[in-house]
Amino acid sequence: MEVVLRRSAGLAGRSVHAPRPSLAVLSLPASSTRQYTPSRPPPNYPGHVPLNRLEKAALAIGSGLMSLRDPRRGDLIAAFAEATATPYFIYRLRDAMLSSPTGRRILRDRPRITSTSLNLPHLRALGPNTVGRTYVDWLDREGVSPDTRAAVRYIDDAECAYVMQRYRECHDFYHALTGLPVVREGEVALKAFEFANTLLPMTGLSVFAAATLKVQERRRFVDTYLPWAVRNGLRAGEVINVYWEEELETDVDELRRRLGVEAPPDLRAIRQAEREERRRKAAEGRV
Amino acid sequence: MAVRPAQFRRALLQTPSRLRQQNTIQHSHPELQHLLSAASSPARLFSSTVTARALNTPDYAVPNPSRPTHFGFQTVTEAEKIERVATVFTSVAESYDRMNDLMSFGWHRIWKDHFVSSLNPGFSPLASGLDPRAPQHILDIAGGTGDIAFRMLHTAHIVNANPDVRVTISDINPAMLTVGKQRSTLLPASQQAALSFVEANAEDLTRTTPLSSPGTANPPTSAIPSASVDLYTVAFGIRNFSNIPAALREAYRVLKPGGVFACLEFSKADAHPLFNTLYKEWSFRAIPLIGQLVAGDRDSYQYLVESIEKFPSQADFRDMIIDAGFVVGGQGYEDLTGGVAAIHKGMKPRA
Repeated sequence: MEVVLRRSAGLAGRSVHAPRPSLAVLSLPASSTRQYTPSRPPPNYPGHVPLNRLEKAALAIGSGLMSLRDPRRGDLIAAFAEATATPYFIYRLRDAMLSSPTGRRILRDRPRITSTSLNLPHLRALGPNTVGRTYVDWLDREGVSPDTRAAVRYIDDAECAYVMQRYRECHDFYHALTGLPVVREGEVALKAFEFANTLLPMTGLSVFAAATLKVQERRRFVDTYLPWAVRNGLRAGEVINVYWEEELETDVDELRRRLGVEAPPDLRAIRQAEREERRRKAAEGRV
Repeated sequence: MAVRPAQFRRALLQTPSRLRQQNTIQHSHPELQHLLSAASSPARLFSSTVTARALNTPDYAVPNPSRPTHFGFQTVTEAEKIERVATVFTSVAESYDRMNDLMSFGWHRIWKDHFVSSLNPGFSPLASGLDPRAPQHILDIAGGTGDIAFRMLHTAHIVNANPDVRVTISDINPAMLTVGKQRSTLLPASQQAALSFVEANAEDLTRTTPLSSPGTANPPTSAIPSASVDLYTVAFGIRNFSNIPAALREAYRVLKPGGVFACLEFSKADAHPLFNTLYKEWSFRAIPLIGQLVAGDRDSYQYLVESIEKFPSQADFRDMIIDAGFVVGGQGYEDLTGGVAAIHKGMKPRA
């Protein structure tokens, strides 16, 4: 009643005709006027933001362009993955998990990979060629932590949101599996492998970041790493179905054999050798 | 300057009755100069029965850390709101100015320019003597990144050629103040010298500390004395306060009699329903998205648009200002861009 009066009566009339709210209420006055909330469906899981098609398209375009400009914005790459995963691709990945016994177990258990769930000191104590040791060595060498992954927010189905979250958290394991470093070159090569394997659009579109590589790096990518990625990604079993928590003590070469993945040429070693060669040439040139 | 009878009646009706008995509002034009000039001429001075506020502070105007208030659409205690607002603004401080441009298409600059020029700092026709360029102390609350303060300094020192105007920027958040301090290094030296940065909670200006560089020892806390400020401004800050009535009373305390309280804040555009719908859709859909893309923080911008929604309407906020003891002229507020923003002004009555 009070709301209707407030909105229809003119300013001059309002304070005379409408009952004044008690001044004590003025510390929380918003209860007396109607509030606007956008018409969104209710969230399906904590943190879920259901976007409509226009918003999703805008997010996809915006995050795609901006993460191409600044690939260090991991949050934008994550948002780009989520905005482009529907309609078809994330469902295909979820179905690939459902088709495999291990995949089904992962979907049932819904394990999460964080620095606390993995017990990193124990991994460091494992044998030298185990998956766990390779993983933690890689984490230490690159100086990254498993905790930096953003939570999935823009995928509507809760199970598919978990699939995306699992893919995101396993990304570091894929690095350890292939041995590719965190530098832009290594990330682009790994994204090409992931696209051939998981078919997520973000991974495929990230390959366009190869245009931002240096000439020598781009040549190496096109000659060696892209063919390696396509060949191995297509041939290998679905890496999303690997239950990493159970494979930590497996020998890493045995896992590669089982999956059908061959290790690419050691990119860090190649880059190191190139750097040294350049330094040597510069020193020679000076002499 | 003649007063139209309808406006006078309206102005009179809008003050709570106890103040109405004491104050007589003679003027209707909301601009500062008219407010001050009307109050200065002896024939229009307020009744001599008005004393400095002897009214007891009501309970809702005393900050109480466990009293419920709102943080966007959530209900939290006042203490929790302070913390969560601090997190929001520490997170957005670096990209604050760029985000403002993106969210309002640069229009916030127009609003701020109009706000400052309508206040015309540095020029006070009330000053005793013939020269209107008396010293002024301006307090800019929640002024973190300095937009209002820099405009005040420019208007006072350059446009009005009054070098005796000093501005204190106060903010509860040191990250925002640091951004303001960095931006201030681009000002002319004389303006930088007239500028000071303090960390303070606007609900209690008896405890302010000057902004210190990280790693240095904590500077001593001092108070802003009562009746020491000529102009108190708060732009796009007051909706984030945990207890607005407390902040209004603190504003009343620090202002000199005849001093002006001016607030620029987002407000209700529901007088224009179609425009309002478009505006709300833009706010709730596009702004958090831009926050995600530019600042990497969707939740802070979701909070910001929700806090705009929760802020009282123009008339309600004007009533809160009057309740704190200020007198307002005419409607007490000025709508900008159809009500998307509004300027509220009040004056502390002269004793």
